[in-house]
Amino acid sequence: MSEHNANTMNLKLHVWRQKGPDAPGKLETYDAKHVSPDMSFLEMLDEVNETLIKTGIDPIAFDHDCREGICGMCSQVVNGVAHGGQERTTVCQLHMRSFQDGDSIFIEPWRARAFPIVKDLVVDRSALDTIIQSGGYTSCHTGGIADGNAILIPKPDADYAMDAAECIGCGACVAGCPNGSAMLFTSAKVAQLAALPQGKAEAAVRVHAMTEALQGCGFGNCSNHYECQAACPKGINVKFIAKLNREYLKAALN
Amino acid sequence: MQILKSVVGRKVFMAITGQCMVLFAVVHMLGNSSIFIGPDGINAYAKHLHDLGPLVWIFRAGLFAFVAIHIFYGIQLTLENSAANPTVYAVKKQIKATFASTSMIWTGLLIALFVTFHILHFTARVTPGIVKGVDALGRYDVFTMVVSAFKNGGIAFIYVAAMCALFFHLSHGIQSFFQTMGWNTDRTQCTISTIGKAVAFILLAGYAVIPLSILASALIK
Ligand code: HEM
Ligand code: FES
Repeated sequence: MSEHNANTMNLKLHVWRQKGPDAPGKLETYDAKHVSPDMSFLEMLDEVNETLIKTGIDPIAFDHDCREGICGMCSQVVNGVAHGGQERTTVCQLHMRSFQDGDSIFIEPWRARAFPIVKDLVVDRSALDTIIQSGGYTSCHTGGIADGNAILIPKPDADYAMDAAECIGCGACVAGCPNGSAMLFTSAKVAQLAALPQGKAEAAVRVHAMTEALQGCGFGNCSNHYECQAACPKGINVKFIAKLNREYLKAALN
Repeated sequence: MQILKSVVGRKVFMAITGQCMVLFAVVHMLGNSSIFIGPDGINAYAKHLHDLGPLVWIFRAGLFAFVAIHIFYGIQLTLENSAANPTVYAVKKQIKATFASTSMIWTGLLIALFVTFHILHFTARVTPGIVKGVDALGRYDVFTMVVSAFKNGGIAFIYVAAMCALFFHLSHGIQSFFQTMGWNTDRTQCTISTIGKAVAFILLAGYAVIPLSILASALIK
């Protein structure tokens, strides 16, 4: 590897280590040596883990899957910001070139009551699935293949729905929210489906079911801090929360 | 009722009660500024209000109910929110949240304390040293009461400090109202937020100028 490259850096990592859900956790300090600026953040952790394994230390557990910013599995709060603070970037797409030699980096798991820690940086995000299961779908009969233009959808509506559908369900909105609320996540699905003719039919039932599920999973309420939008790697806008509120009021008043 | 338990429903009650209090605060500030016309201004204004009789009490009861609802849900939501976020990060950066947005419960409770004091002070007039009297036309002399109260630096400070708390509360609260009611999009967010802060500042300036100018003229004399 690039061990003798003059561009490599040495970093100090402060990583949250926790053996299991009920074990007490604490920050441990590790050296990351000869880190190439071309590595991704997770590759850097892979290398650190190699060293840890060689020295007989349990490697740092962290979630990841696609490593290309689309699956939403990676979940790390880096230096106090979910996904590390580079705009519209998941932590797997964050590169070491945005750090400097000698930097100290704090790495912590998502923290919220609804996301219990499984181990180290791995949290259980299935509460987000529970919210989707409560109403984040349409129950239409699929039947045969529909004619492409049978249901006309104006371009602005389709774009709006697509913007909301960009959510990858990573949970950064919850991790960033001072209230541990999943309102941005929930609103993205409510807004996406409410904007489309197929979703409109169940809009009222859906908004009730999904906000109740959100509450039932132990998430907090939205206080309009907008930290979620700042943390979101897909740039989901808080306008969708306003849309959810609108949908809720429409449903409640009818 | 489902709406009284809902994450959105309770926020809507907070937002509407809060915004009605803002309307009250604007009208109250405009009424107060009649003090700059002199004793004839504010004493006449106070007499007109009191002459409304039972209407005054209906209005007070309504406003009290709004304040109670707002405080109740404010405390309930804040407690739920901190329970939903029990562990703190070793390092946490705020990107969009502000001092105003994260201290709503504290600025709110300061305002509640102040309102209690303010009612005992100028409405019930039971605080020590309050000047009660009537003017030449037999009207309750609000002008002298207020002017003599604010010559006391401590009292003037309490009023100005409370208005600063109100400023912070509303600099988040007013824009938050529009978001909670769903009357917001990404196109309007920036404008609504600026207008909210401007209204909050106008209220701060409009209220604080009264104790400050009275105190300043007392100090100059
Ligand atoms: C009297 C004591 C008060 C307390 C304890 C209090 C508490 C709070 C809290 C905790 C919130 C945030 C709720 C949340 O986002 O979860 C809030 C919002 C708000 N408050 Fe107050 N407040 C008080 C007085 C006032 C007054 C006097 C006004 C107006 C003059 C006001 C106007 C607002 C508005 C407009 C909001 C925004 C509602 C929303 O989030 O949509 N509040 N208050
Ligand atoms: S690992 Fe898939 S988004 Fe980061």
